[in-house]
Amino acid sequence: MTLFGYRVPMMASLLVWCVIWELVGRSGAMFLIPPLSDVIVAAVALVQTATWQSAAITTLNSFLLGMFFAIVVGIAIGVLMGRSTTADSLLGIWVNIFVSAPLSALVPVLMILFGMGETTVVVTVFLFAVWIIVLDTRAGIQGVPPSLVEMGRSYGASPWTLYGKIIFFAALPEILAGIRLGVVRGVKGVVIGQLLVAIIGYGELFELYSRNFDMENFWALTIILFAAAMGLSALIESIEKRVDYYAGVR
Amino acid sequence: MRNITAQAATAAAVPAGSDVAVEVRGVCKMYNEVEALRGIDLDFPAGKLTTLLGPSGCGKTTLLKIIAGLIPATSGEIRVNGQTVTGPGPERAFVFQDFALMPWATVMRNVAFGLELKGMGKDERQSIARKYIAEVGLSGFESKYPHELSGGMRQRVGLARAFAVNADVLLLDEPFSAVDEQNRRKFQEDLLELVEKEKKTFIFVTHSIEEAVYCSDRIVILSRRPGRIAQIIEPEIDRTASPDAIRRDQGYLDTVEEIWQGLKRYVD
Repeated sequence: MTLFGYRVPMMASLLVWCVIWELVGRSGAMFLIPPLSDVIVAAVALVQTATWQSAAITTLNSFLLGMFFAIVVGIAIGVLMGRSTTADSLLGIWVNIFVSAPLSALVPVLMILFGMGETTVVVTVFLFAVWIIVLDTRAGIQGVPPSLVEMGRSYGASPWTLYGKIIFFAALPEILAGIRLGVVRGVKGVVIGQLLVAIIGYGELFELYSRNFDMENFWALTIILFAAAMGLSALIESIEKRVDYYAGVR
Repeated sequence: MRNITAQAATAAAVPAGSDVAVEVRGVCKMYNEVEALRGIDLDFPAGKLTTLLGPSGCGKTTLLKIIAGLIPATSGEIRVNGQTVTGPGPERAFVFQDFALMPWATVMRNVAFGLELKGMGKDERQSIARKYIAEVGLSGFESKYPHELSGGMRQRVGLARAFAVNADVLLLDEPFSAVDEQNRRKFQEDLLELVEKEKKTFIFVTHSIEEAVYCSDRIVILSRRPGRIAQIIEPEIDRTASPDAIRRDQGYLDTVEEIWQGLKRYVD
């Protein structure tokens, strides 16, 4: 973007919004929005507290565990659906329902099934993330050029080698895109799960701060979370870029 | 030019005085209700380049893939060196129309891939691959990726991969159709040199009459669906002449013309 003949860096718009936030906060028009500078001070103090650290570790733990299962199961089901039309027509409808369904509504049911603890949160993360990974993996597998599979077969690849050395790598760009979208959804899952369970991790802190109208800490928590989610997504995107040249050749 | 008609094909199926590398016996192929190939009986002489030529949809690629063992025949059988085959085997190597290179692997790994699948050690397979990369004229490109190469160079990689596994029979499915015209001519000339040098049996599918006549010892013309053998032609062209002389040779031009006259009726 250029403004009055000057090239404006990408993140400049963010600065504008930060200034607006600061001004609105300083004007005292809305008590829900404290000045940004106060929020940042609160954030620095917050990350040093034991409460935040243990909440972050609990949250990260649930998130990683849920994502691990989502990636493993998601890729497995996606490969199955991509390679077998029977599996595709059997599972396709469910995957498509769940990928767009408001899964938050299911969390209370999960609480009954798995209790008011971390298991529910892990399952929530899993359910939020897994479907998009399934769909993208399936698309990737279906997009593997048939000639690459024939190449593997004609040069004597066993079915396992075919999957491990050819099909998986050929579908990797789509699988990674699925994982990136899954991670974004998984972050939503972990927060929503913890908010509804309300007694563990980040969800507990959110509940605490918002109930007491402790807006500095509430916003500090939110900003840290958003930054973490964006950071994770950017990390996977950078891996995606490294395998980008795949797509150019297909 | 030796012209063998379909009626006499069985008698002439075995070319005099040479070994047969691949035998096709009574092969039929049905795709659901569509008959792609009907009763194909064909012998491919060892050490020669035989071309399958025909209009699009005549099943020439289907026949090649049946010989490769990539798709099963509905009936009939394929024998390679006297052995009936039912699937892909190490004595046959395939060169793909769209190259079928792994975009995430270097030229070196792509060429050595057939050997890698056989479980050969890294040093050994790389030294073999290096030899064939040089043979197809790609020395210095070992660590490049396919997307860094032109279409013609990519197909050279495909060809080197097929040579590297040291199969007796090389199956080439329209290998030059995705290569631009100038590169194709050069590539055809190089291929003829390699045919001479490698002493392997080549089965070549093309829809280009000129390409078939220029490259082949034997041309099998298939009719339109259901694919049947319409004609077998052995162009008698002096291969020792320079490529440019061959392209101006009267025998070459006559053969191209005759095949075109035969195929014309299939073109709508």
